[in-house]
Amino acid sequence: MSQLELSPLEDIHGAMAEFDTPEELIAACEKAYAEGFRKMDAYAPLPVEGLAEAIGFKRNKVAFCVLIGGICGAIGGFALLEWITVIAYPHNVGGRPLNSWPAYIPITFECMILLSALTAMISMFAMNGLPKPYHPVFNIPEFERASIDKFFLCIESRDPKFTPDGTLDFLRGLGGKEVTLVPA
Amino acid sequence: MITEKIELPPEQIPDPGPNRILSPGHDYQSVSERIGGVVLLPLVNSPKKWLVGAFISFIFVNILMFCMYVLFFRGIGTWGVNIPIGWGFAIVNFVWWIGIGHAGTLISAILFLLKQDWRTSINRFSEAMTLFAVACAGMFPILHLGRPWLAYWLFPYPNSMWLWPQPRSPLEWDVFAVSTYGTVSLVFWYIGLVPDLATMRDIAPKMWQKKIYAVLALGWRGSAIHWHRYQKAYLLLAGLATPLVLSVHTVVSFDFAISIIPGWHTTIFPPYFVAGAIYSGFAMVLTLIIPMRAWYNMRDLVTLRHIESAAKLMLGTGLIVAYGYSMEAFFSWYSGDKYESFMYWNRMTGPYGFTYAMLIACNIAIPQLLWIKKVRQTIWAVWVLSIIINIGMWLERFVIVVTSLHRDFLPSSWGMYIPTKYDWGTYAGTIGFFLLLMFLFVRMLPSISIFEVREVVHHEAHERQELLEAQ
Repeated sequence: MSQLELSPLEDIHGAMAEFDTPEELIAACEKAYAEGFRKMDAYAPLPVEGLAEAIGFKRNKVAFCVLIGGICGAIGGFALLEWITVIAYPHNVGGRPLNSWPAYIPITFECMILLSALTAMISMFAMNGLPKPYHPVFNIPEFERASIDKFFLCIESRDPKFTPDGTLDFLRGLGGKEVTLVPA
Repeated sequence: MITEKIELPPEQIPDPGPNRILSPGHDYQSVSERIGGVVLLPLVNSPKKWLVGAFISFIFVNILMFCMYVLFFRGIGTWGVNIPIGWGFAIVNFVWWIGIGHAGTLISAILFLLKQDWRTSINRFSEAMTLFAVACAGMFPILHLGRPWLAYWLFPYPNSMWLWPQPRSPLEWDVFAVSTYGTVSLVFWYIGLVPDLATMRDIAPKMWQKKIYAVLALGWRGSAIHWHRYQKAYLLLAGLATPLVLSVHTVVSFDFAISIIPGWHTTIFPPYFVAGAIYSGFAMVLTLIIPMRAWYNMRDLVTLRHIESAAKLMLGTGLIVAYGYSMEAFFSWYSGDKYESFMYWNRMTGPYGFTYAMLIACNIAIPQLLWIKKVRQTIWAVWVLSIIINIGMWLERFVIVVTSLHRDFLPSSWGMYIPTKYDWGTYAGTIGFFLLLMFLFVRMLPSISIFEVREVVHHEAHERQELLEAQ
């Protein structure tokens, strides 16, 4: 694919190399990070421990979002019940207090779980930028194995250190197979 | 396209025995093709048993439709319910189905948090089972409303009548618990599916198949950063689903325990309902997965290790259930309350005494065979026991609902409950509906989590490496 005439940098998404095992991929990522590359992504058919850290990923905000979602769910659920029983539809049953909060715990709990679970899904997909039907990496025919059995490292052209030939050579030096440029 | 021809392995694949969760010799590609191949197999090449099974389930779905039609057209009187037995099959089946669902969440969430590696090959399958069981369970409360088309009144929404539901009632808690449970199970299941849908997109041979899986996979490309957030979200969902599953069956047991009916009004109900739910759920997992692994020749992926572990859990939860029964009996005697002690005596020796005897036989006596290792490792024996336990757990709910209600406080309002053919038809119909959904699921989505099996392959390769280096 590198023989494709992709001269202006805007036409290139990045340079990609293929690896056979997760260990090779992590080692390559660590070397690329040490070399000074920052804008890159690694692709694997299974979650690999330490891979995201190797390409410099630090802040995972999913847990924080879920906490906020859970708090909103619990407060919202409890407030709804209070509003129903005290304000909207006060119903006197044998003189018992309207604000009978112990009876609200089950629904408050369910609302908390519901909202935090939905937040976990939505925030995970949103921060990952999914759904995303088109992505330049899919232009490489070999890339379909990224969901089956192969491991890929892609150094992107928006990295200041990226030069088409230099980065390709660097990836070959890491032992990557099928080293190619990815058209944008 | 990586595989040119999709077919099931020709010869019978041996089971690797009770110590392995995966046969040796598998790599990342072979597990993808084996699991994906079941789905991509052309329909005409499906095992004959699949076709026959799906057809029979479809007939039962039609029976369900007919019974529902009769119910909607003629009303609740077509069922055997009466006063005093206002809760008949509808509630028995509701509790039975929702209990069956609980094993899916247990396998996928609780065993995930406990790092039980044998959950991997059966979690997707049991999560699907959860979803379909909850769908069946959800039908019954709506059907037994009398005016099912007004079921949406159960939800709090601003309406022209200025009415709101009663949130102090366990029946309203049920609405929230079951709908939350259904939603969270769906979210959990779908998130687990996304990376596998991407695999299906990439191995599917036909363009239309690729398109469907591509849309469902949302453009998943396996980025390391995506995986990182994915795993965090999955872990959090497992942590949320664990208390959820306990709360759901607790709330279901509150439907009984909050009332003042002798036989229902006990504090032991929540824990013993939860244990019973997991008990019946594991029984249903085994009932379904044993034929499935035989029909699709997947003995290398679902091994004796999975079956024996599930059987052990069945034995354990069964003992908790047995403790629940004995405490129920003990307290109705020890309380000195004449209504309680009469209720229990009547439960054991009254007109429905035979159901209690069958319940004890199915749920407590016969499953003790699982103590014997040879029984746990004999596939057909485990399968037969799982069916017996399913029947036993259904009987438990029948005994709790019917025998507690049919002898009211005043002998003048005593009654009997005889289920009609429409009761039986609706019940059998939901079993058909559940099985049909399972049959379709096995054909349309990877029924084993492919990427998690890849993790097992990776893990085992690592262990072998370390072993070699140590020598």
